[in-house]
Amino acid sequence: VTSQTLDRPDDRTGRRAVNRTSAVVRRDPARRRRRRRERLRILAFLSPWLLGTGLFFVYPLVTTAYLSFTRYDGFVSPTWNGLQNWRFVFREYPFFWPALRNTLWFVLVMVTLRIVAGLVLGMLVIHVKRGRSALRTVFYAPFLAPPVAATLAFVFLLNPATGPVNAILGHLGISAPSWFNDPSWSKPALTLLALWGVGDLMVIFMASLLDVPRELYEAASLDGAGAVNRFRHVTLPHLRPILVFAVVTGVIATMQYYTEPLVAGQVASGQIGGSGQQLEPGYPAGSTLTLPQLVFNLGFERFDIGAACVIAMVLFVLSMVFAGFLMRRGRGFLGGED
Amino acid sequence: MTRHLRRPLSGTALAAALALSLTACFGQAHGGANDNPNADVTITFWHGWSAPNEVHAIQANINAFEKLHPNIHVNAVGNITDQKINQALRAGGSNAPDVVSSFTTDNVGEFCSSHAFVDLTPFLDKDSIDPATTFPKPQLAYTQYQGDQCALPLLSDAYGLYYNKSAFQAAGISGPPKTLSEFDADAVRLTKESGDTYSQLGFMPDYHFYESTITHFAAQWSPTYFASDGTSNVAADPGIKAAMEWQKGLVDRLGGYSRLEKYRTGFGDEFSDSNAFMTGQVAMMIDGEWRAGMIDDSHSKVSYGVAPFPVPDAMASQYGKGYITGTIVGIASTSDKQNAAWEFVKYLTTDTSAVVSFANAIHNVPSTIAALKSPQVSQDPNFQEFIKIAANPKSTTTPSSPNGGAYQLTLQNLGYDYESGKQTNLDAGLQSAAHQIDTDIAQTQ
Repeated sequence: VTSQTLDRPDDRTGRRAVNRTSAVVRRDPARRRRRRRERLRILAFLSPWLLGTGLFFVYPLVTTAYLSFTRYDGFVSPTWNGLQNWRFVFREYPFFWPALRNTLWFVLVMVTLRIVAGLVLGMLVIHVKRGRSALRTVFYAPFLAPPVAATLAFVFLLNPATGPVNAILGHLGISAPSWFNDPSWSKPALTLLALWGVGDLMVIFMASLLDVPRELYEAASLDGAGAVNRFRHVTLPHLRPILVFAVVTGVIATMQYYTEPLVAGQVASGQIGGSGQQLEPGYPAGSTLTLPQLVFNLGFERFDIGAACVIAMVLFVLSMVFAGFLMRRGRGFLGGED
Repeated sequence: MTRHLRRPLSGTALAAALALSLTACFGQAHGGANDNPNADVTITFWHGWSAPNEVHAIQANINAFEKLHPNIHVNAVGNITDQKINQALRAGGSNAPDVVSSFTTDNVGEFCSSHAFVDLTPFLDKDSIDPATTFPKPQLAYTQYQGDQCALPLLSDAYGLYYNKSAFQAAGISGPPKTLSEFDADAVRLTKESGDTYSQLGFMPDYHFYESTITHFAAQWSPTYFASDGTSNVAADPGIKAAMEWQKGLVDRLGGYSRLEKYRTGFGDEFSDSNAFMTGQVAMMIDGEWRAGMIDDSHSKVSYGVAPFPVPDAMASQYGKGYITGTIVGIASTSDKQNAAWEFVKYLTTDTSAVVSFANAIHNVPSTIAALKSPQVSQDPNFQEFIKIAANPKSTTTPSSPNGGAYQLTLQNLGYDYESGKQTNLDAGLQSAAHQIDTDIAQTQ
């Protein structure tokens, strides 16, 4: 029996061979014990992974899915309420659809712009002859800034009345927007903040760009390829696995986008919250509201953990769909090698 | 891995997950009050105070309590947020608090209905404390839910009008306004325009400005947020509609929403020396009693006066009332030292000297009727204005509900839409808000 025939389960010869082997194992206790020991050894080697995945992925996922079908306030044991939470979130919770729209906006616009900016900066830095290290540091340093501090700085810099950015734009005769205080400009302002911290992608792209064999560029040039064609036919194919990685991780991170929009909204609104003063979700006018903020709002402010779990499931499914689609289209992190 | 090995493993994993989810994750819901009140015990008290003077003041009260009850020791843990409180109440355990205080009244409905806090009525009855004659009406309203008195007030906050005396003098205004028509006229007179913005604004009515919220304003109409059957009353209550119309009218008179919002974005933080009232950018504002202490302790040169917030012209006889809120304290149902915990809660909330000394120390309003009348309460004229507002029988609060402050948020969002012109049909907006509030509450049942 060749390996080729064994690979085909519907092959009569292969099936017969497997059955024959099983019969031999069943009849031979020593071989059976050896096989069991082997399985246990495999299981022992796999156990750290099984334990970790079970505890930190499967268990939370199964519990979240279960709780999304229950009425659960965190104090009293959950009670089954069928599809009520799903109906509430999709039909009656006024913040869900705006938050979903905002999240998708960030996924499409912010992730795209971050990748483009990271790639452009990476190419710029590797082509600079002098001061490359300094430039690399300058572009990478903002990525190290804590998100809360960076957001606070941006809100103050872009303050429409007292911020230096609008003062400069005013001196130049440009009608400056209200940035974080204007529903039309709050998302672009957050995108600017994300672009300021694009150093992580720059470093990844830089490393990949330096890895492209020089001979390929030389061969392309000899074939008459210009700069655009060299980028299209040499650089981009080489970068594909990194691009897929950047897009997938960017999409997943943006699905979890929480700190920056929350801090920007609350600081720009000028409110601190308290009895009789509810913080406006996604100030201004819900424009910075994202799905993770709703998880907190429902689960920890409204004591509705069941409905919060619905949002968590929506986020999980969306992330899986995006990641699956991108991995398929981009042929995985290994590019064409697989 | 073979198929027959995978099946029992997946079954075991599922069973383990379900078992864990049904045991480890869900907190206990019941406590007991059978502990010996004379036993030597240590109770844990969680509170949110963090400033040195506040921590010192609460510790002084704890020391006084321990002198009175040598068998009860109090382990105080400060700077606790509401999120931590919720987690601890859910989890229980030996490190969980016995006594919990929270700065917000919004969660009382959930604490009561879920029995995360024990009902204090049996304890009050046992010690012959009549809540109705011990605590002012608003304080009782925000510490109970549907008859379950699961919390008690631990100092209060009263809201009134702060006004800039120098600006009043410069504008030729003799004293604080008492009715809203006087107030509107003063706000306009105090406003100084500068190009397309202001050099001084009489009053900032925008709902995003500090304490200028719909619920704080609406208190001057003494609204009823919920009908007796627990359904929303915001569409039926004439006061809420009137409050929104008044606010919108003032927004328009002072220059319009966009212009006011642009001016507002240049204001400093509410709780800093850059507060717009303290810098002179606004001449009047609605705020709580704590602001007076903050102005006095700051470098601000503003010469300020305080008064009750004006009332609608048709309710002029009720001048003196205002919005009331405060800190609440309760006993965790997971506590197995509830009798000792009750002794502590009783002392903090009903002992007049304890309430008064704590109120004086942290510039808050006392929360019992006896303490409000006490001659030991700070006699500072500004502070006394807030004492009168807190003691006014017409003062109101926002009642507790089972889903935190969700109903206030719904109302507030309507306010944002109405003041900005996004919503022009207020009746339809209020109907929609009432429906949303009922839907949100039904979701929690």
